[in-house]
Amino acid sequence: MNPTDPSRAITIVADAGGAELRVSGRVTLAAGREFWRLLQAHLEDPHRDYRVDLTEVETLDGACAAMLLELKSEVVGAGGSVEFSGASPDVGRLLGVYTPRDEVAPKPPPQRAGIFHQLGTATVQAFTRVGDVFAFIGDFCVSLGHAIRSPRSVNWADVGHLMERAGADGVPIVVLINFLVGVILAYLAAGEFAKYGADIFVANLVGIGMARELGPLMTAIIVCGRSGAAFAAELGTMKVSEEIDALRTLGQDPVRFLVLPRMLALILMVPILTLLGDIVGCVGGLLIAMGELDLTSTAYLNQLQGAVGLWDVGGGLIKSVVFAIAITAISCQRGLATRGGAAGVGSSTTSAVVTILFALVALDTVFSILFAALGI
Amino acid sequence: METPAIVVEDLTIGWGDFILMRNVNFEIPAGDTFVILGGSGCGKSSLLYHLIGLQPPKAGRIHIEGVGIPDIMQAHRPGYGVMFQSGALFGSMTLLENVSLPLRKWTDLPLPAIRAVAEARLELVALGGFENHLPAEISGGMKKRAAIARALALEPSLLFLDEPSAGLDPVSAVELDDLLLTLNESLGVTIVLVTHELESIFKIGKRCVMLDKEAQGIIARGDPRELRDTSTDPTVRRFFNREPRAN
Repeated sequence: MNPTDPSRAITIVADAGGAELRVSGRVTLAAGREFWRLLQAHLEDPHRDYRVDLTEVETLDGACAAMLLELKSEVVGAGGSVEFSGASPDVGRLLGVYTPRDEVAPKPPPQRAGIFHQLGTATVQAFTRVGDVFAFIGDFCVSLGHAIRSPRSVNWADVGHLMERAGADGVPIVVLINFLVGVILAYLAAGEFAKYGADIFVANLVGIGMARELGPLMTAIIVCGRSGAAFAAELGTMKVSEEIDALRTLGQDPVRFLVLPRMLALILMVPILTLLGDIVGCVGGLLIAMGELDLTSTAYLNQLQGAVGLWDVGGGLIKSVVFAIAITAISCQRGLATRGGAAGVGSSTTSAVVTILFALVALDTVFSILFAALGI
Repeated sequence: METPAIVVEDLTIGWGDFILMRNVNFEIPAGDTFVILGGSGCGKSSLLYHLIGLQPPKAGRIHIEGVGIPDIMQAHRPGYGVMFQSGALFGSMTLLENVSLPLRKWTDLPLPAIRAVAEARLELVALGGFENHLPAEISGGMKKRAAIARALALEPSLLFLDEPSAGLDPVSAVELDDLLLTLNESLGVTIVLVTHELESIFKIGKRCVMLDKEAQGIIARGDPRELRDTSTDPTVRRFFNREPRAN
């Protein structure tokens, strides 16, 4: 079919008064744009009564029949009329198939909310989500109680596999990021400390900075991006595909069956990853101290040993356990609260990651205040 | 002589060393309602995925309206529509947006014309008034009808359907069968469907091929009603008469 073939091109010829139209040619989707333009041009006055002669229509397809009937309905809606004549049996049957029947009252198209409406809705949603997380933690505590009383009800088989996914598989990226953070810290300190001849204190900054703050926080952020997002997406997909409902009908508590193994895996693995991150961060600092400040490795390590106390490392590890709980609780809660289809899973995953990042920073701030108050 | 809608020549389907079916040959005439049937795991859906070009054959050729499948996939918009088993509607879009999507991609129609065509397609499948509903807000049968409306958006001459009546109640299933008959008889659309719903097969299938896992190919072909009444093949008889396998 060639819509540009002049012998087959669509033409609409009007009589002198413009009320009698004669359509001819191959009226198909390939030339739909031209047909729509011609129709609009000839049916420009919706208050008139038109007669459309279809005798010379060689072919009419469904799309163009729909356009013809749409413009007819516009004219009829405005008080005019459109009458078709001369249609071949095929064209007539097609028009019959596409003629609208009685329909249900259409639902209005979704309205775009104003900025204040969106702001208000987002605020309410934020509070609701915080409440949901606490409610979920309550459910989790109840499930934990059941699990302690009946350890066989926990899905232990998944724990090892989840530890591998969340822990061992994350080692390369945790090592790389924390090493680079150690390098950055050392560079930052080297420039300033060298001015005061306090080069050796680079080891203090890197060691304490990594052990207390950056090691736990950076590791938790990486675990959030890897495991938190994965948990939310995985549980969200299970929710929309009715797997969670199936679990319930099998008498399994989804929290005990799905969340508890994930929580255990992260509680065990995040402190180990954090400790690893602390060590490689200090190694990154060591390389810069040796390269930029001409410190010996012995001097750096001696200074590090004196500067970093047990509570610096221990405090960081306590943080990492709390971070692990927050990551699992938020990601699993978001996953289990997923609604809709693929878009719902995407939305839950995004929401989980953003909420976890906020929670990590907020918890870190609380820890800083608490440790300062306790003199740790 | 009219070009067949589909020609399959020496088609072999498999992955790695595994062969699902080998040297399959058949033709589907234009304007036919053609059913691919067989037991679970015999490769019905795999064959469909090869016919629509989503999976490359291990060997052999598939021609749709005279054009080889790789050429169709690489060149222009496909001249066929596909309804997947789940409907595969995009959940974040309304039904109108779902049906408009191929029109926006492949035609230069202005937006009001696209809207008019998409509304007409939905009206055709008895979903007039549901244009602004999201897929999550409608029933399974309506989703399948909406998926057919989307498959019809670009005026295809060929419509593929994977298990169209699976999971539907009897009334919805019969309505869907009627719709497919209307599309075939009134609009001249060639229909190729994968199903094992016997009522649908006998109601709308003019011709069929029956696949078998053990035979790695076609074990029967022809009018499904004739096969039911005259076939002496035990697998075919079991299928049409709903008989269990002998132990």
